[in-house]
Amino acid sequence: MTGVVGAIVEAWGELRIHKLRVLLALIGVACAVTAITGVTALVSMLNQSFKEQTERQSGRVVTLNVNAWSMGENATPPTGWDAEFDRVLERYDITYASRNEWTQAVVRYPDGTRATQVQAVDADLGTINRIVPVQGRWFTDADEEAMAPTLVVNEAFLEAQGLSDLSSHPTVQLGDRAPVTAAVVGVLHDDWVDAEPVAYVLYDQFHRWIGPDGSGMQSGGSGPVVPNPMMPPQVPSMYLWVPTEQSTDLGDQIKRDMQAVAPGWEVDVQDNNYNTGGLDRATKWVGIGVGAFALLLGGLGLVNIALVTVRYRIREIGIRRSFGATSGRVFFGVMLESVVATVVAGLVGVVLAVAIIKNVPVERMFGSGIQDMPPFPVSAALVGMAAAVAVGALAGLIPAIVAVRVKVIDAIRY
Amino acid sequence: MTVLDLLDAPEQLGPPAPVLELRGAARQFPGDPPVHALHPADLAVATGDYLSVVGPSGSGKSTLLNLLGLLDKPTEGEYLLDGIPTAGAGERERAALRAGHIGFVFQAFHLMPHRTVLENVLLATLYSGVPRSERRDRALAALDRVGLSHRVDFVPTVLSGGERQRAAVARAVVAQPRVLLADEPTGNLDSESSASVLDLFDELHAGGLTLLVITHDDEVSARAQRRVRIADGYLREIP
Repeated sequence: MTGVVGAIVEAWGELRIHKLRVLLALIGVACAVTAITGVTALVSMLNQSFKEQTERQSGRVVTLNVNAWSMGENATPPTGWDAEFDRVLERYDITYASRNEWTQAVVRYPDGTRATQVQAVDADLGTINRIVPVQGRWFTDADEEAMAPTLVVNEAFLEAQGLSDLSSHPTVQLGDRAPVTAAVVGVLHDDWVDAEPVAYVLYDQFHRWIGPDGSGMQSGGSGPVVPNPMMPPQVPSMYLWVPTEQSTDLGDQIKRDMQAVAPGWEVDVQDNNYNTGGLDRATKWVGIGVGAFALLLGGLGLVNIALVTVRYRIREIGIRRSFGATSGRVFFGVMLESVVATVVAGLVGVVLAVAIIKNVPVERMFGSGIQDMPPFPVSAALVGMAAAVAVGALAGLIPAIVAVRVKVIDAIRY
Repeated sequence: MTVLDLLDAPEQLGPPAPVLELRGAARQFPGDPPVHALHPADLAVATGDYLSVVGPSGSGKSTLLNLLGLLDKPTEGEYLLDGIPTAGAGERERAALRAGHIGFVFQAFHLMPHRTVLENVLLATLYSGVPRSERRDRALAALDRVGLSHRVDFVPTVLSGGERQRAAVARAVVAQPRVLLADEPTGNLDSESSASVLDLFDELHAGGLTLLVITHDDEVSARAQRRVRIADGYLREIP
C-alpha cells in the first residue's frame, strides 16, 4: 500500500516538473471528459425540456383523458358523474386528477359585460399540466374552501380588465342575473398571440357559486337553472395522472366504471403515452460519439507527448535504475504519471462540465424554462473519469515499455 | 554430540566477508572474435577499504564498474556483494541489492536538472527502504556532511562543478550504502574542485565508508589506500 502511495506521490512530483506536458495532456483529455459529461447532461436537459413542453400540452405521462358524449339528442347529463369521479380516485389510489369543464360565463369588463370562456378545473391540473403562472399563483386546496370564488386568468383577460398586474388584488364580477365577485389570484401566459380572454375557476366553486349555465344564479340561491339552447348538455372531461405500467389496465377499468354511471353516453379513455425514445437514444449516441472522438484525440496527443518526454528522460530513468528502481517500478511510475495526469484532467473536465451546465441559458437554448431540472449526470461524469483513466493507462503503456527497455549502462554513459 | 554441545560450543567467528568479491569473474562480449573486456579476475574489497582502480581508456574500467555496480553480469565466475552471490540473481534481486548496498557517483554527476538539490538526494531514499518520515532528515544530514546545507533548495544547474559532485556524493551516501562506487569522479572538475571532492572522500573513508574509485588519473588513484591497475582487461594489484 505504501509502495502504491509512494508511486503516486512520485508520479505527481514528476508531473509538477513537466508542467507544460501536464497542461497539454490536460487540455485534450479534459475537453473529452467535458464533452462526455456535458453533452450527456445537456441531452437530459433537452429531453426534460421536450417532455415538459409536451406535458404542458397533454399532461404528465401517463395522463388518462376521460371524455363522454351524449348518444341521443335529449340525453340528460349523468347525475352520478362527479360522485363516481371521487370514487374512482379513491378506488385506484390516484393522487393527481382534475375535471375539466369548458363553459361560458358573463364577465363584467370596464367597457361592458360579455360572455367569456371559463374552464372549471381542479387544483391538481396545475401539477398534471405543469402550469406555471407568469404572475400570482395557481389554485391551492385552500381555494376550494374559500367563501368566494378565485380565478386564474390569462394575460388577455387581465388586459381586457384594464390591468397589467395583480398588485391591486383585482376582483371581477361573474354572472348576469346574480353576479358573484371573484378574486383574481394568478395570471397565465397567453397560448398564442391575440388570444381571447380565458378564466380558470375551481370546478366545485364554479358549481357552488356560478352554476353550469354561467349565470351566477347559484350564488343567489334562488331561481331555476335556465338551459342554454346553444350549449348542448355535457359532462366534464377527466384528467387522471396514473403510473405508466398500469395505465392500460386502469384505462379499461375506469372506462367501465364511468360508463356504468352514464347510460346513454359514450365514454372514451385515451392516454398520452407516446413513445418518444427515438430522440433520446439518438442524442445520447451523438453525445457518446463526440466524447469518444475527443478522447481519442486527447489520448493520441498524450501518447505523443509521453513518448517524447520518455526519450528526454532516458538518462534519468537510468539513474533511477542504478539507485535500485526495479523495471516494474519504472514501468508503473511512467504509466502512473500518465494516469495521474488524465485523472487530474478528468476532474478538471467534470468541474468544467458542471460549470457549463449550471450556467446554461436554459430559456434561450430550449425555448422555455425547465421546471424539474434533471440532476447532474453523475454516471456520465463517472464514465468520463473511467474513460480518462483508461486513456491515461493506454497512453502510458507505450512510453512505459520504452522506459523499461532502457539499458542502464547506456543511459548513464557520459 | 548433542544439541546442548552445539549450543555450548564457542561461535566460530572468521574474518568478515568482503564487501565486494570477484571470484574468477570475467566479461566477454560476443563478436568475431569475441572481445575479452575483463579477463578472469579475483578481487576482494573489505569493509572500510579505500580502493582505486586506475587504467587508461579502453582498459576495461567501465566494464569492471558495471559488474561491481550490478549493472552487468559476468559471463563467467562469480561476484559476491556483501557475501551474497549475484551471478545468478534476477533483475529484481539485483535492483534491491543496488538500492541497499551501493551508492554511485558518476563523472557527469547525473543530477536531475529540474529538481532541487534536496530532491535529487531524496531520490536515492525512494528505493532503498528508508522510512518516509526519515527521508528528509537523512537527506539534509547528507547534504550537511558534504558541506551543501546552503544549497538545499537550489537546482543543480546553478551550482559549480564541485558543488554538483558533492551533491551527487550526498545522494550516493544518503541511504548508507555498504560501498561507494565512483566512476571518474573528478573527470569533469577543475583542480580545486577535484581536491575538495577527494578531501570529501578522505573524510567519508575516515568515517568508515568503503570506497572504490575508478579513474584514469594517477593522482586521484594515489589518494586511495589500495590501488589496482587495469590494462587490456587484466587486473593487477599495485603494491
